[in-house]
Amino acid sequence: MFEYFFAPFYDFLFMQKALVGCVAIALSSAPVGVFLMLRRMSLTGDAMAHAILPGAAVGYLVAGLSIGAMTLGGIIAGSLVALVAGLVSRVTQVNEDSSLAAFYLISLAAGVLIISSSGSQVDLLHVLFGSALALNNQALILLASICTFTLVVLAVLFRPLVVECMDRQFLQSVSRLSPLTHMVFLVVVVVNLVGGFNALGTLMSVGMMILPAALARYWVRTLDAMLLVACIFAIICSYVGLLLSYHVAWPAGPSIILMLGMCYSVSLVFGPQGGLVTKFTRPRHLSA
Amino acid sequence: MTDLLELRNLTLGYDLHPAVHHVSMSVQRGDLMAIIGPNGAGKSTLLKALVGQIQPLSGEIIRHGLSKERIAYLPQLSQVDRTFPITVHEMVSLGAWTQTGPFGRVRSKDRRKVSDAIVQLGLEGFEQRLIGSLSGGQMQRVLFARLLVQKADLILLDEPFTGIDSRTTADLLALIHAWHRHGKTVLAVLHDFDQVRRHFPRCLLLSRQAIAVGATESVMTPLNLQRARRLNEAFDERAEYCAHD
Repeated sequence: MFEYFFAPFYDFLFMQKALVGCVAIALSSAPVGVFLMLRRMSLTGDAMAHAILPGAAVGYLVAGLSIGAMTLGGIIAGSLVALVAGLVSRVTQVNEDSSLAAFYLISLAAGVLIISSSGSQVDLLHVLFGSALALNNQALILLASICTFTLVVLAVLFRPLVVECMDRQFLQSVSRLSPLTHMVFLVVVVVNLVGGFNALGTLMSVGMMILPAALARYWVRTLDAMLLVACIFAIICSYVGLLLSYHVAWPAGPSIILMLGMCYSVSLVFGPQGGLVTKFTRPRHLSA
Repeated sequence: MTDLLELRNLTLGYDLHPAVHHVSMSVQRGDLMAIIGPNGAGKSTLLKALVGQIQPLSGEIIRHGLSKERIAYLPQLSQVDRTFPITVHEMVSLGAWTQTGPFGRVRSKDRRKVSDAIVQLGLEGFEQRLIGSLSGGQMQRVLFARLLVQKADLILLDEPFTGIDSRTTADLLALIHAWHRHGKTVLAVLHDFDQVRRHFPRCLLLSRQAIAVGATESVMTPLNLQRARRLNEAFDERAEYCAHD
């Protein structure tokens, strides 16, 4: 029992580092995902995650598998796409969703091309799906910093962010914070995706945002509780996912995301807040 | 009576396409004024300009001794994301924003105002309900309670009774009259002409330009209303930016 569940994390430094890194990502990405979902921007998150790839790829071209260069490249590319997509939707009346979809397809194609033209298949897999089991100290410091930054920003901007999501017109009528809140939130999303991509890869890091948020909604009704539940699920699934990847030799990133996916499916069926079971079993109110 | 708002040759629009042309008028402190006109006449645009959400293309709005914090604005009901998990009590408490700011704590004085407003709008027992579980009428009561907490001098309402049942409408109208008695200035975009005639002493008839403004019975003449309809129909959506004459 102990052997199976805890020994890997006692015996191996790389497992400890992977756990610390994933918990840091879980703690910051899950709350960001809750706000992303409540703003109906889940797809935007996905698009931005893809957009990070060519930036990271250019960083890789310049400096090889170096965390600093790839992170910087990812942040620049992610911010650029968020900015350009916002501008395009404002100028051309096409809604933001479809312009984001266009940008992320272009980014993904460009990113894959850049990496595979100059690196090996292994490098490409590393960037796309991450390497949680190979996190070094440098990467851990980066993830912890991102986590701290995110939680501080969310705590300070909590009230404006809530109102910006729910009733932007009211926020605009009582304060000038609306554009700033929006921009800072996008920056937080980009930074978290870039952080997550070190461990989980560009394609998987958005999963740590969207899945915990989506499943939390099936368990609790208030915002505070949703933030808490999302974090707890994200942390537990990180742990179980890493454990599975150790014992069964699955890749770490996908097994963490699959654990979250499994929890999501269970929540979808059994969740007390609008899960399928409650929908079909609750008696109709007025029937005799 | 003193002027609270003065509009001087005001032209408003989006992306340089004007929606409202050359409006000049004044609103006095304590006015209870309805804004009427056909769909697309620019009524909502005018309110947005008054609250400062869009900038005039030309002309100006002069606010006499009225800071932006003292203006409360209720947009059309559809603007609030009703699926957001926030309770009635939290929503009404947002009215204290002008006191708390984005970061401050809600003080006990404001807390009392919040519970008073909840009682006054008949929302006792709903405090912990999520706004997503309310009916349209209840939701509008919540938004009025928030307005009440805001303690504004100028209150701008955009179609506050659209899709609201008659009992709620009557309650909310009573509240508007109470504001009027306390010397607050209320501007409301409305579509129900009978309601305007019965409850609003002053009226602005808008159809891309101010057709008439003044005492309600002198504004809502058949001739004026017909003119408003014709002007709105004839208006060219693709009009160039209009030059000053």
